[in-house]
Amino acid sequence: MSPKTLYDKIWDAHVAHEADDGTCLLYIDRHLVHEVTSPQAFEGLRMAGRPVRAPEKTIAVPDHNVPTTPGREDPANMTEDSAIQVAALDKNAKEFGIHYYPVTDIRQGIVHIVGPEQGWTLPGMTVVCGDSHTATHGAFGALAHGIGTSEVEHVLATQTLIQKKSKNMKVEITGKLRPGVTAKDITLAVIGATGTAGGTGYVIEYCGEAIRDLSMEGRMTVCNMAIEGGARAGLIAPDEKTFEYVNGRPHAPKGAQWEAALNWWKTLYTDEGAHFDQVITLKGEEIEPVVTWGTSPEDVLPITATVPAPEDFEGGKVEAARRSIDYMGLTPGQKLSDIAIDTVFIGSCTNGRIEDLRAAAEIVKGKKIKDGMRAMVVPGSGLVRLQAEEEGLADVFKEAGFEWRLAGCSMCLAMNPDQLSEGERCASTSNRNFEGRQGYKGRTHLVSPAMAAAAAITGKLTDVRELM
Amino acid sequence: MDKFTKLTGIAAPMPLVNIDTDMIIPKVFLKTIKRSGLGVNLFDEMRYDREGNEIEDFVLNKPAYRNAEILVAGDNFGCGSSREHAPWAIKDFGIKCVISTSFADIFYNNCFKNGILPIVLPQEDVDKLMDDANRGANATVTVDLENQTITGPDGGEISFEVDAFRKHCLLNGLDDIGLTMEKSTSIDAFEETAAQARPWV
Repeated sequence: MSPKTLYDKIWDAHVAHEADDGTCLLYIDRHLVHEVTSPQAFEGLRMAGRPVRAPEKTIAVPDHNVPTTPGREDPANMTEDSAIQVAALDKNAKEFGIHYYPVTDIRQGIVHIVGPEQGWTLPGMTVVCGDSHTATHGAFGALAHGIGTSEVEHVLATQTLIQKKSKNMKVEITGKLRPGVTAKDITLAVIGATGTAGGTGYVIEYCGEAIRDLSMEGRMTVCNMAIEGGARAGLIAPDEKTFEYVNGRPHAPKGAQWEAALNWWKTLYTDEGAHFDQVITLKGEEIEPVVTWGTSPEDVLPITATVPAPEDFEGGKVEAARRSIDYMGLTPGQKLSDIAIDTVFIGSCTNGRIEDLRAAAEIVKGKKIKDGMRAMVVPGSGLVRLQAEEEGLADVFKEAGFEWRLAGCSMCLAMNPDQLSEGERCASTSNRNFEGRQGYKGRTHLVSPAMAAAAAITGKLTDVRELM
Repeated sequence: MDKFTKLTGIAAPMPLVNIDTDMIIPKVFLKTIKRSGLGVNLFDEMRYDREGNEIEDFVLNKPAYRNAEILVAGDNFGCGSSREHAPWAIKDFGIKCVISTSFADIFYNNCFKNGILPIVLPQEDVDKLMDDANRGANATVTVDLENQTITGPDGGEISFEVDAFRKHCLLNGLDDIGLTMEKSTSIDAFEETAAQARPWV
């Protein structure tokens, strides 16, 4: 048998039908659903009189729209259109009999944080959601990717997706990370190296010592942004850390099934000699704390660098860089560490887990945020929030002047009331710095939680190593 | 789904690279539970000022391109979120074909589900079509899916590749779910085998 990659193995285990031209029906083990990309899909089922084929494998949670301030369970505290979407999810979950975590449930949170937390996400699974950051679940060695609403309806109706296989890419991060460098810096550095279209047509397997050394939280951060590099999915082979994280979660297998699962999970690695269509290697020790300067996640530079000039680029990127620099209100040659920040956002499916809050609190502890700074921490789930409160992290943030919020997507995409105003500049732990992403004409610099915390203290983009 | 067979229409040039889904349809318009009516907000933040007035020099506001049915775009069009609201807005505006050097994966898939044909071409071909598109309303382009060709206003022909299954679905306006349901015995059989092999799933 020819050697296989991790992706090959998971793919092969899920092909329910293959046509002569290679078009496959890929069976889906877990379907995660949220309120923004699902109403039209459920409506489609209803109109066609179709049931959800596997409601026991379908999990819904409202996250994109929900306010992160107290009183949010009252629809009157939401905008009318948000309330309609949340109510629609509520109704659809009940009517079609799928698992559901409403805003009143302590387990509610960002769908990509809830899935792993509750043990829905397991190694070797196929996981989809009408959300591009489904890539997050790849950290468990699950093949996980975002789909559109038509595909959401397709999965609801058939528990499969029509797919053609992607190519294999290996991204290896060798060696050790230096102090102050985190999973977020790795994933941004990779996108900086490959560009936002570099992964198009590929599934990426992240490997190497620096990846192995990451916690499960860190691995989720890395895989989360595989989509920002254009890849269909990101994967990390499961290991003892993965099994330990999964073990005992509410929906993880137990007893004899745990043993059986473990036996299979231990076969989920890329065989010696398996073929990768592309290989990218970065040295862990050369990665620095990074920030984005522009309006594409590929606009990444070390915090020690300066704002580039449009002429530094080639082709269509010259005009894009000119537009970005203008939008961001920057000047070529300006030191990135001189850029003053109005707002700090710590949260999102990229960096809203307990480890992220610990890293930020470590920097914040005993300090105050800069006068006039707006800073907020939005835990990724109710359970993350609870744990952070128990560990005393919430008090650290509150004493420093941060707002301590309820769980949701919040200012990552500003579909709820948490938004930037025109020209407001934010150091954000989220995943996209697109124009208008965090609010109309808002300006986003993507950073790690520790770097965001540092910016909140100093009032400007800051090399976190100076505060360590 | 609407069929896509042959289209002759005005092509609008948008040479900017990395046009993302937040540009195509900002999130404030995602709070709908319908698929229709998004065309008026296509490229909203580029197309209108804060008061809702049209920005004159935005391409789709120019008289020549108001009825454009084809978009010739810069590299990596549709990157970002999985929102199908992006192709819904494009379709609702009246654009049925987007041409670029590359597309983001999810956006590309979403187009085919909505009767939109996304075409990937080498840089030189996109450059040529961008020049054609820059000539305005008098320069129409014909996209023939059956023969996989694009004919420019000067008669020059460019051929393109498209997945055979997707082409078949577009030409015939086929509904994916209906097609998959025809294979339900394969899905049943897979479920049975998988339940034995991986009962914990």
